[in-house]
This record gives sequence, structure tokens and C-alpha cells, in this order.
Amino acid sequence: MDFSRYIADRVLEIPRSGIRDFFEVVQTMTDVISLGIGEPDYVTPWRIREAAIFAMEKGKTGYTSNLGTPKLRQAIAKYIERRCDISYDPRTEILVSVGVSEALDLALRALLDPGDEVIYHEPSYVSYNPSVSLCYGKPVPVSTSADQEFRVLAEDIERVVTPRSKALLLNFPTNPTGGTIHATDLKPIADLCRRHDLIVLSDEIYSELVYDGAEHTSIASLPGMKERTVLLNGCSKSYAMTGFRVGYACAPGPIIEAMMKIHQYAIMCASNMSQEAAIEALENCRNEVVAMRNDYERRRNFVVNRLNEIGLPCHSPRGTFYAFPNITPTGLQSKDFSLRLLKSEKVAVVPGSAFGNPGEGYVRCCFATGMDKLKEAMDRVEEFVGKHAQS
Amino acid sequence: MDPLLELLHQNATIARGDLAKMLNLSVDEIDQRIRRYEQDQVILGYQAVVDPEKIDADAVTAFIEVSITPERGGGFDRLAERIARFDEVKSCWLMSGGYDLAILVEGNNLREIARFVSEKLSTVEGVVSTATRFRLKTYKQNGMLLSQPANAERLPVTP
Repeated sequence: MDFSRYIADRVLEIPRSGIRDFFEVVQTMTDVISLGIGEPDYVTPWRIREAAIFAMEKGKTGYTSNLGTPKLRQAIAKYIERRCDISYDPRTEILVSVGVSEALDLALRALLDPGDEVIYHEPSYVSYNPSVSLCYGKPVPVSTSADQEFRVLAEDIERVVTPRSKALLLNFPTNPTGGTIHATDLKPIADLCRRHDLIVLSDEIYSELVYDGAEHTSIASLPGMKERTVLLNGCSKSYAMTGFRVGYACAPGPIIEAMMKIHQYAIMCASNMSQEAAIEALENCRNEVVAMRNDYERRRNFVVNRLNEIGLPCHSPRGTFYAFPNITPTGLQSKDFSLRLLKSEKVAVVPGSAFGNPGEGYVRCCFATGMDKLKEAMDRVEEFVGKHAQS
Repeated sequence: MDPLLELLHQNATIARGDLAKMLNLSVDEIDQRIRRYEQDQVILGYQAVVDPEKIDADAVTAFIEVSITPERGGGFDRLAERIARFDEVKSCWLMSGGYDLAILVEGNNLREIARFVSEKLSTVEGVVSTATRFRLKTYKQNGMLLSQPANAERLPVTP
């Protein structure tokens, strides 16, 4: 039977994720040190897990309000006010979702009409492009580069704006490059969005993980931007809660209302006990977040120092837990590099090309892994690069 | 806390070269700073954290609450320091509340501790009373959980 006859065209057109191919090779091997993960290596802090257990003991096992429990929405409002200096009304301007992925999907579905264009910066998280396509939108990538520390520039965005441009999707700090953006660079982007009447979808899931004393600035906090920004964040990365699946969107009431329409029919609500855990995380886990971030920062220093020593030039990422070294000195394409490194040294990294064309020539190395493993992995990479160094 | 101390506190065996890379310092700087901490007795020593039950099933740990009479001029210090000098005493703290000193005592068997309490500790002039409580089981030692939770499997590659 030819099943492609039954599968919708727009789904057929989406290429398989480069990460997925790679994952299947890794799965067949043993003793691999994986720097290919996209999540913290920490188990969720105990007090958060304990809050989820307590919620279950108390019988909090039913549905919640579609928007999320009022208590969690209040906790989110307070957290965003404290961290980003923006006030959202927890009754109408916040929606709790199943991870940021769902919130982004809701926002795209709520905003896009067929043919609407969404501008995003590449290398980017793997789901942005297909998520836009699945909503009948047209993904429009803008390249970022290592010389600009993977910031996106207003003039590059300006160049691709058309009358069909509907939204700008930002992700700072950026998966996979670790790029961050300073408030002074956000300003011209905000001006451009107001000038061209663009909505900003700002995925700030890594906002807690910034280093070198940097402060995260949300574009929503700039003058006139709250009303045209959908701020997306969640608990996965900062609190090591990936499996809890708690994300949220903060946006003007009518946009949240539109997103809620889809959410209530497709998902109903985020898990009740996960929401209870998220309250504990947002209200009482500052120390845990700081401790994890400090630890990531030291591991980052180690990995970046080693990569540069090995001969793979790597800028020091100021956010996330990804290093994005340039592997062109080996003369290999990023997919080849990753496959050969995996086969000969049993270290998994993700080819940069999985994150869009500008990722070619790079690989993503996650440093959210114990120091002993990072050390061993870097030694193996050194061995590998030694063999492939171009004379 | 100084990140260097924090790292050493987590794992004192970490190589100087790795510390240097993690903190963006030179190995010389790391050496100097550690030496200074040692000289200033900020770092008092380096020990392995061992699971006492795995070495010797008979080994005994006791937590003893001690009431002492404070002295004019020195308060509790002279007596506390005298008690702390015994090899059996592994930790010794002045406490607020119902008693004065809490001491942690280790011995090879029950009799050793009994003898220490009756022959040494109680007979020190100024010790008014003692209450000895024995360890039954260890769950966490110096921040280390004894039952290591099975490390939850993570997918090797995720977006």
C-alpha cells in the first residue's frame, strides 16, 4: 500500500530531522559518551520532585483550568516581573502549556494564515522551520555567524521582510550556538518590528543560563513591545525539569485567548502534578538554579578551553549549555565529522547542519554532562582531530 | 563562596590543570590560591568520604550531648578544646538549647565508646552530664547519599 497517498502533503514535505538519523546510529552502540543531549544532566532538584509527589498524595490528579492553575499563573507572573521587569495579568495574559514546544505551536497556529511568513535566525532549534510549515506558514531563515557571536542583526532581518511577513521568531540564548543578544542590539530589532508591524515570538527557555555575569533582556521589556510579543519560557532547562513538560506563554490577552482556543481542544491542560512542581520551582528554587548555572559555567570554560587547545576554534557561548565549535580545520563536513567521531571514538555530538545550512562546519557539543565524562570526551576528540588534522 | 573552594569542596581530587581550565586561570594561580587557603587554614585538610558500614560492620558512631559548666573568662572554650582533643572525638560543636556541646564520636565497637564516655568524658572536671545516642544506620554522609539513586537513563541525542 502506498501510504504516501494518505499522508498530508505538507507533512510529507517535511524532511526527517537530522538529529533523528543520528540518534538511530547512536542507539545501536554501547559505551558512547554523549554530548548530543539537549537537556540538563541533573535530576530535577529534590524539593521540586517532592512537591510533585506531595501533589499526588493530596490527590491533585484531575484536570486543571485550561490556562493552568491560578496559583502557577500567579507564580509565573511574579517570576517574569522579577526577572524581566514586565507585568502580565495572570488571569488573562498567561497560558501554561506542555513545554515551550506546545506554546510555540499554539502561537503559530493562532497567528498564521496560509502563506504568512515567519522570520527566524539560523542555526536554530530544529523544530522552528517545520512548526511554521505545519501551520501553512512560510519559514524565512536569516543567517547568523560566529564572527557576530551568532547575534541576529536588524539589517539582516530588514532584508527579508516582505508584505507577507507576520512574525519574527527569536531564541536568545540560542540553541545550538549559545549566542546571546544584548539590549542594545535588541532595540533596532524592536524598532523594525514596530515599523513593519511584526509580532515577536520570543523563545527564552535558556534565559536563566547566561554566563560571565551577563543579564538576560527580554525583547518584551522594550518600550511598545509587550503588546506585540509572545514571550515563551518554561521550567525544562533552568530547573532540569524536561520530563515534567511545563512551559508557558505570556502575551496580550486576545492572543492568549486565541492560543487557549486551540490548547483547550488539542491538549486540555498541562499535567496537574507537573504544575504543582513548577510552582515550587518558580517560587523556591533560586539557589538550585544558581548552583546549576555556576556548574555549567565552569564546564563551559573547561570545554571551550579544551576545544580551542585541540584546534577546533570555539567562541565562548554566553548562554545555554552548548558549545558550537568550528570543525572545518579537519576538512570534514559536519555530518561526516560527527559520524566518524562517533564510530571511531564513541563520542556523540550533533552535526551543525541539523540546525540549518549556516550550521554547516560546526557541531553542537552539550556540556550538561559530568566533568569526568567531559574530560574523557575531550581527550577522545583530541585523538580524533589529531588523526584528521590537515597537513 | 570562591568557585575554587566550591569545586574543591565537591571533589578535592580534581586535577589542577582541570581546575585552571574550568576557572579560566593559570595552573600557577590555582596553586598559589590553594596554598594560601591552606596557610590561612581555610582549607583544614582533605579526606575521603567513606561509608563506615562497608569498612567495619562493628564500627560505632555516637552523638553525645554534653552539659558543661562554663568558666569565668573563657566560657566554654577551655573545656570544649580539651574534650575535642580526644582522638575518638571527630567533631565537636558548641550548641544553643538544652545542652552545651554536641560531639560526634567514633569507635571500633560499642565497648570502646562506653569506656570513652565513662572513663574519659564524664570524669573531665566541669562535665555535668552526658547523653549518648548511637547511630543505627547511615543514609547520608557529608552530603553524599549512600543509596545512589539509579542514574535515570537519558536519551543519547535530543534536540
